[in-house]
Amino acid sequence: MSPANETALRRSGVNSQDLVARLRVGDRRSLARAISMVETGGPQARELLAAAYPYAGNAHVVGITGPPGAGKSTLVTALALEWRSRGVTVGVVAVDPTSPFTGGAVLGDRIRMQALGGDPGVFIRSMASRGRLGGLARATADAVAMLDAAGFQVVLIETVGAGQGEVDIARAAHTTLVVEVPGMGDDVQSIKAGVLEIADVFVVNKADREGADKTVRQLRAMLHLADRQPGEWEPPVLTAVATTSTGSAAIVDAATRHLAYLRETGLADARARHAAERELAAAVQELALERLRGQAWHDLVARIASRERDPYGSAEELFNALFHG
Amino acid sequence: MERKIRVLVAKPGLDGHDRGAKVIARALRDAGMEVIYTGLQQTPQMIVEAALQEDVDVIGLSILSGAHMTLLPKVTQLLKEQQMDDVLVVAGGIISDADAAILKAQHGIAEVFGPGASTQDIVRFIQDHVSVSRE
Ligand SMILES: Nc1nc2c(ncn2[C@@H]2O[C@H](COP(=O)(O)OP(=O)(O)O)[C@@H](O)[C@H]2O)c(=O)[nH]1
Ligand SMILES: [Mg+2]
Repeated sequence: MSPANETALRRSGVNSQDLVARLRVGDRRSLARAISMVETGGPQARELLAAAYPYAGNAHVVGITGPPGAGKSTLVTALALEWRSRGVTVGVVAVDPTSPFTGGAVLGDRIRMQALGGDPGVFIRSMASRGRLGGLARATADAVAMLDAAGFQVVLIETVGAGQGEVDIARAAHTTLVVEVPGMGDDVQSIKAGVLEIADVFVVNKADREGADKTVRQLRAMLHLADRQPGEWEPPVLTAVATTSTGSAAIVDAATRHLAYLRETGLADARARHAAERELAAAVQELALERLRGQAWHDLVARIASRERDPYGSAEELFNALFHG
Repeated sequence: MERKIRVLVAKPGLDGHDRGAKVIARALRDAGMEVIYTGLQQTPQMIVEAALQEDVDVIGLSILSGAHMTLLPKVTQLLKEQQMDDVLVVAGGIISDADAAILKAQHGIAEVFGPGASTQDIVRFIQDHVSVSRE
């Protein structure tokens, strides 16, 4: 057998229960392999997610988003070190954009995370923002679930930008940190509305640069305009110099306070129910599509395209055949 | 969905620039691979730890410092200790033919690419030696 075939065999011939048992006792190679499997999707991924499900749900999941170059990876490192100094284990999922042309990617976030090397209490995984069924948000959430099941107490997700994709990823996080840098100029409007909605904590990083105070003031002014109920969480605006770890203790404190707020107000439970509903809906959809995509499906697609049939009646026909056929 | 080939590109040793490594990283990306780039001055321990966490299929090491006969065997030895010897290891840089022959015959380096090798040669070698049909 060629070495390549041997690799293929080793990769596919794993039992989900075994793999979960191994990653739960700290086998990092099994964890790495499990993340690859859930990232790929398909029936094997589902089996693995099902096996890990009872053991996940304990981690504090924290999203870190902001424009490219804002210092997110550096900040992830500073925050992870702060959490480690408090005896908390940290998993990291760093998501980088994929080249739209080839689907390939150069994932460079680890360059800024070298200070986390050699610590068994840390596990870092890079992910390209390529699609799979259900999209990036799904792949990210599944990778987080593996780190969670492996016992990491905090899981940090780094993502770029402010698109819908990031908003979706933020829904997987309990706490979302939005990173800005000084010199947004007079145009605080440049902060996208969607980001404002997802921010639980604002971090003005690179506070060693001129204009940090102004950016903080502008953000605070903008936040005061937002309608808030009494007792509702008010996102703090904090400063950081990620390169020197300045400000990380206050940010970790704020994130921890935010989680406590979610728990005390019952919002954590409500979020868990929403997440459960999304997960169930996504799983049903994935399974239905997988079961329904046969010859009849392809025939119907052709006839719908030529307007001989409509998609609605066709869907009913497929479902009826599935349940009564 | 098919899994893309994942490659860790690292630069072990103390020499200070990484232009060559970056060119290779981009060529592999353009060939549709996911490249994890870890930057300069990586120790063999750091390289193997990153390769493990990232579950890569390939490690590409770019080395100019002349320390290849100590650093490269150290990487493959650590891989073996982690039972990761199914990871393909290729090296690029200024390595004499005699050293290259020893690295390949005795130290588990799959291929050595000299300064004359084109990025296409490297892409093709990786594609030919990693199984893509893993799922
Ligand atoms: N002056 C200054 N530079 C920083 C700070 N934080 C990060 N950087 C630098 O900003 C650049 C981009 O950092 P990186 O963490 O890769 O940003 P990302 O793209 O948001 O992940 C790097 O050169 C960092 O060293 C900071 O607080 N102050
Ligand atoms: Mg980054």
